[in-house]
Amino acid sequence: MAWYVLRRVLQMIPVFFGATFLVYFLVFSMPGDPIAALGGNKPLSPAVQDRLRAEYNLDEPFIVQYLLYLQGLVQGDFGTTFAGRPVIDDIRSAFPVTARLALVAITFEAILGIIGGVIAGLRKGTWIDSTLLVTSIMVIAVPTFVIGFVAQFVFGVQLGWVTINVGANVTWQNLLLPGMVLGAVSFAYVLRLTRTQITETMTADHVRTATAKGLSRPRVITVHILRNSLIPVVTFLGVDLGQLMGGAIVTEGIFNIPGLGFHLFDAIQRGESTKMVSMVTLLVIIFIISNLLIDLLYALLDPRIRYDARK
Amino acid sequence: MTLSRRSMMMGTAAGGAAALTLAACGSDEGGSGGAGGGESGGGGGGVILANGTEPQNPLIPTNTNEVGGGRIVQNIFSGLVSYDAEGTPQNEVAASIETEDSQHYTITLAEGWTFTNGDPVTAQSFVDAWNFGANAANAQLSGYFFEPVEGFADVQGEDVAADATLSGLAVEDDLTFTVTLTSPQADFPIRLGYTAFSPLPQAFFDDPEGFGEKPVGNGPYMLTSWEHEVSAELEVNPDYQGPRAPQNDGVRFTFYQDIETGYNDLLSGGLDVIDSIPASRLTSFEQELGERAVNQPAAIFQSFTIHVEDPNFSGEAGNLRRQALSKAINRQEICDTIFQGTSSPATDFSTPVVNGYSDSIPGSEVLDFDAEGAKALWEEAEGMQPFEGPFTLAYNADGDHATWTEAVTNQLLNNLGIEATGQSYPTFSALRDEVGNRTITGGFRSGWQADYPSVFNFLGPLYGSAAAEGRGSNDADYMNEEFDQLLADGLSATDEETAFAKAQAAEELLFRDLPAVPLWNDNVTGGSAETVENVVFGWDSQPQYHEITKVA
Amino acid sequence: MTHASDTGGATTRRGQEHFVAPVDETPLQAVDALNTDVKPRSLWSQAWRDLRRNPMFIVSAVLIAIVTAVAAFPQLFSSLDPYAQGACLLTNRYGDPIPGHPFGFDLQGCDVYSRVIYGARPSVIVGVVTTIGVFLLGGLIGAMAGWFGGWIDSILSRLTDVFFAIPLILAAIVVGQLFALNPITLAMILVLFGWTAIARIARGSVMSVMNAEFITASKALGASSSQNLFRHVVPNAVAPVIVTAMVNLGMYIVLEATLSFLGVGLPESTISWGADISSAQTGLYTRPELLFYPSGALAITILSFIMLGDAVRDALDPKTKKR
Repeated sequence: MAWYVLRRVLQMIPVFFGATFLVYFLVFSMPGDPIAALGGNKPLSPAVQDRLRAEYNLDEPFIVQYLLYLQGLVQGDFGTTFAGRPVIDDIRSAFPVTARLALVAITFEAILGIIGGVIAGLRKGTWIDSTLLVTSIMVIAVPTFVIGFVAQFVFGVQLGWVTINVGANVTWQNLLLPGMVLGAVSFAYVLRLTRTQITETMTADHVRTATAKGLSRPRVITVHILRNSLIPVVTFLGVDLGQLMGGAIVTEGIFNIPGLGFHLFDAIQRGESTKMVSMVTLLVIIFIISNLLIDLLYALLDPRIRYDARK
Repeated sequence: MTLSRRSMMMGTAAGGAAALTLAACGSDEGGSGGAGGGESGGGGGGVILANGTEPQNPLIPTNTNEVGGGRIVQNIFSGLVSYDAEGTPQNEVAASIETEDSQHYTITLAEGWTFTNGDPVTAQSFVDAWNFGANAANAQLSGYFFEPVEGFADVQGEDVAADATLSGLAVEDDLTFTVTLTSPQADFPIRLGYTAFSPLPQAFFDDPEGFGEKPVGNGPYMLTSWEHEVSAELEVNPDYQGPRAPQNDGVRFTFYQDIETGYNDLLSGGLDVIDSIPASRLTSFEQELGERAVNQPAAIFQSFTIHVEDPNFSGEAGNLRRQALSKAINRQEICDTIFQGTSSPATDFSTPVVNGYSDSIPGSEVLDFDAEGAKALWEEAEGMQPFEGPFTLAYNADGDHATWTEAVTNQLLNNLGIEATGQSYPTFSALRDEVGNRTITGGFRSGWQADYPSVFNFLGPLYGSAAAEGRGSNDADYMNEEFDQLLADGLSATDEETAFAKAQAAEELLFRDLPAVPLWNDNVTGGSAETVENVVFGWDSQPQYHEITKVA
Repeated sequence: MTHASDTGGATTRRGQEHFVAPVDETPLQAVDALNTDVKPRSLWSQAWRDLRRNPMFIVSAVLIAIVTAVAAFPQLFSSLDPYAQGACLLTNRYGDPIPGHPFGFDLQGCDVYSRVIYGARPSVIVGVVTTIGVFLLGGLIGAMAGWFGGWIDSILSRLTDVFFAIPLILAAIVVGQLFALNPITLAMILVLFGWTAIARIARGSVMSVMNAEFITASKALGASSSQNLFRHVVPNAVAPVIVTAMVNLGMYIVLEATLSFLGVGLPESTISWGADISSAQTGLYTRPELLFYPSGALAITILSFIMLGDAVRDALDPKTKKR
């Protein structure tokens, strides 16, 4: 196992370079000249533009810019924003916020999604299954921005239950509603996936055998059905964690949460390539680590999958 | 959009991010009374909760050209003059600004002004700050404000020395300095209210980077905390003695990425005053806020521009088509429905809140809706040279422009029978890129928010030859010597009446040639909660924060 | 007993070994799971036979046929052309339903019904093309990684990581700015950055199936690798992939709406459900029902594809068939 973990950690390196290069390339290809845009409608003088370009290495060819960026990165320098602040400062403040939000979301979707999926799976074809199916479809069919604003209006303005400007006070309690909104679509996925797995496993021979053997239903469900059904669900949740962290753009915007998505969108709009790349780099690292953890969890859930041939 | 709404800054800045207006707000009533007091309590105490956006640049007056930073800078710095809510300039740090010929100015400062770190505000504080802002080596975003000052061209080169200074500035004594301009400019004193002309303390030159995070000013407030992407807090400056004395205990700006969130926050008590209303609430906000809703004219002009050499829109046929487009748009209908009365049809090339505005310039009939006349003009043009469509109207999607663009193109389709469609650019910078390269065809949205309240601010920078061909914001490359001459005459006129008559004569030419088609003037929309009183919005669309009082 | 020993090629190739569960948990399973009487092609043809008998499949197929017909020939379903001159008049803004305009009018004064009909095509193209592309690309890469294992798995998995690390919505925002967007280019962008989730699920699923006892048994009986792949691994591993892909289909259509909301979606000249949902958000507090029509059309489409996914999965699952 140690060997496997080490190998995976080493494999992080090419992924890291690949992803930063890809992002840098995409950002570099984006239309619009961020320096010219700094002046808005009043064009900056060529002399001022040249100075600013030189300051952010924007006057260099793409590959040189990328290498300069990497050079800084290796020295722990994530670059500076157009506002003259180190990007690392923004990351330090944004990361914990998004991490907490994603955690709330994933807890919500895992618990409710799995419970709903198990119920639907065990009661396949009944009204409760159909209700859950329709609910999950509605959640998918209505975009997050609509769910978010409606939830904010109903629970924040009309009922006054939740804080609207979560950014001012990022507590677990305040993150509850945004987390649910963020996790809503994934909740539908988890529910569907769990249901599928449950119905499939229920017909598996070992489960029928277990039932025939006279094991209690709870024991059959927990030991024989759940354990075998949850593997794809766990994979999905692991995959989703990374997506949630980077994909919280809309939710963070609606609830005014100054996390990674909020910063990223800001950076995109301003063409702040350095900030974008640095934040996505962070997401890459998070993703690779969560990936590794999921694969290890796999081994726990499915003892048939083992990673180290050597004893 | 959500996120696109952050574009309030990109949107309002009318064309974009920058045309902001950070004019200082002055107030008649504030008088010279003592500071509203940082002490607790009394009737007018309390911290005002207001909306804002994350400043995009360090908080240095000459480097702040967007609303997010602007609203903070204008409250923590005091320049020579400030504007009151109506846009009338009044002396702030200046005791007097004198000139005989509109070209040579002698400026005397009032005594007793200090920065919040105790340093005195002297003539040197202004001259050093202006020299810093003008010098291209410092790459300041608002450096162009110093362009009229003699010697500006000498500090623009590639290799200009970092300590090069403007030859037109000279310190006479601690409280006096002189300014020499390259040509007579009667409205120069009005411009001095823009924040780029603020003084800077020695502390800035010792550590410019640190200063940008923790600026030290001489304004009615001082910045006590700035949590990036979250909020900024201003406390009252106890030593402030100008006309903008705060009537509250401070202002806390909460940064919203989406103004709709801010509006919901206002409804639920998390915000005292908001200076923008989301599109989704335009129908209901006056009902929801009642007397606390604000919907008043602002210094924002919206138009769309077509380059003068666009093949479809040049020559005689092109001119007919420009007129046809203008007449085919029912501005009143769009203002009433899409904007729900928060915009009013344009009647000239400026806005009703600036000096020199007029609603009866000869030729402005081209702005009146006339579907049949438009159709006839278009067909006349077709007879000379066929139109190669479709007609596209470009806009940046990070502002709230898709809706009205669609309404305009629908009207063109319905009234002219031409294929007309909106063309979306994802960001303001992507749109500006094509406009700047002159690769764009058809119409593109253009807008302008005044930096200082004068009609000249809407004319020279947008249609003057000096601003054409990439030298400024004359994106149509409209070049007309007669127009330039009228503006020059107006700017050097000694009385306002002559000056504005010249400006309006210049506008007649614009109505004839239509380098840009005027659309409407945006109102400032906003509102306040029952927790505050005395909420007044200035000519520059900003609440007069210092006047707001908190209800106990 | 617990750790079964080497079963030949598989172990050395994958760097892992097989495991047989304790007797008390899965007695007799290895034998029970053998399915040697099934012919290679009969599994697929039997799946088709099962499908035709499944009412869920029939309902979803009919719905999908209708949606497809609307997308292909909108003019058959609406006498009004929302692209035509005079289709949108501001005087009709937010007008109530009247004869000939069953859903009323939107904020531009356009007829909502005809927009819902004409909006089907771009939305369905985005959803279906993306889903097919993601299913093929992601399924192929994931299955290869899971099947071959070893260094191929490492390379493909790392490649997946590189693309996956970039959140789909971010990629769509950035890459969407590089092209003139239409439904096809948007779908291509979503495929390019959206295949990774499917790939991971396919890989996990293949790995898990490959370790299943019936595969071990099949190998023990001398089946070749490719026989195993198509006869046993694909049908058994494909179920979770299909379900995810079908649920994803709706997500892609919704993503198109979100991009419109963010101002980087399909151009306004294209009528789509996504754009209409996004613009209905402006009227959320005045005319909430405007949100209902395009969302309802979207929900029906998603529902039918999810039901189809379920039906196909049931048909392909040899275990459910044994009932």
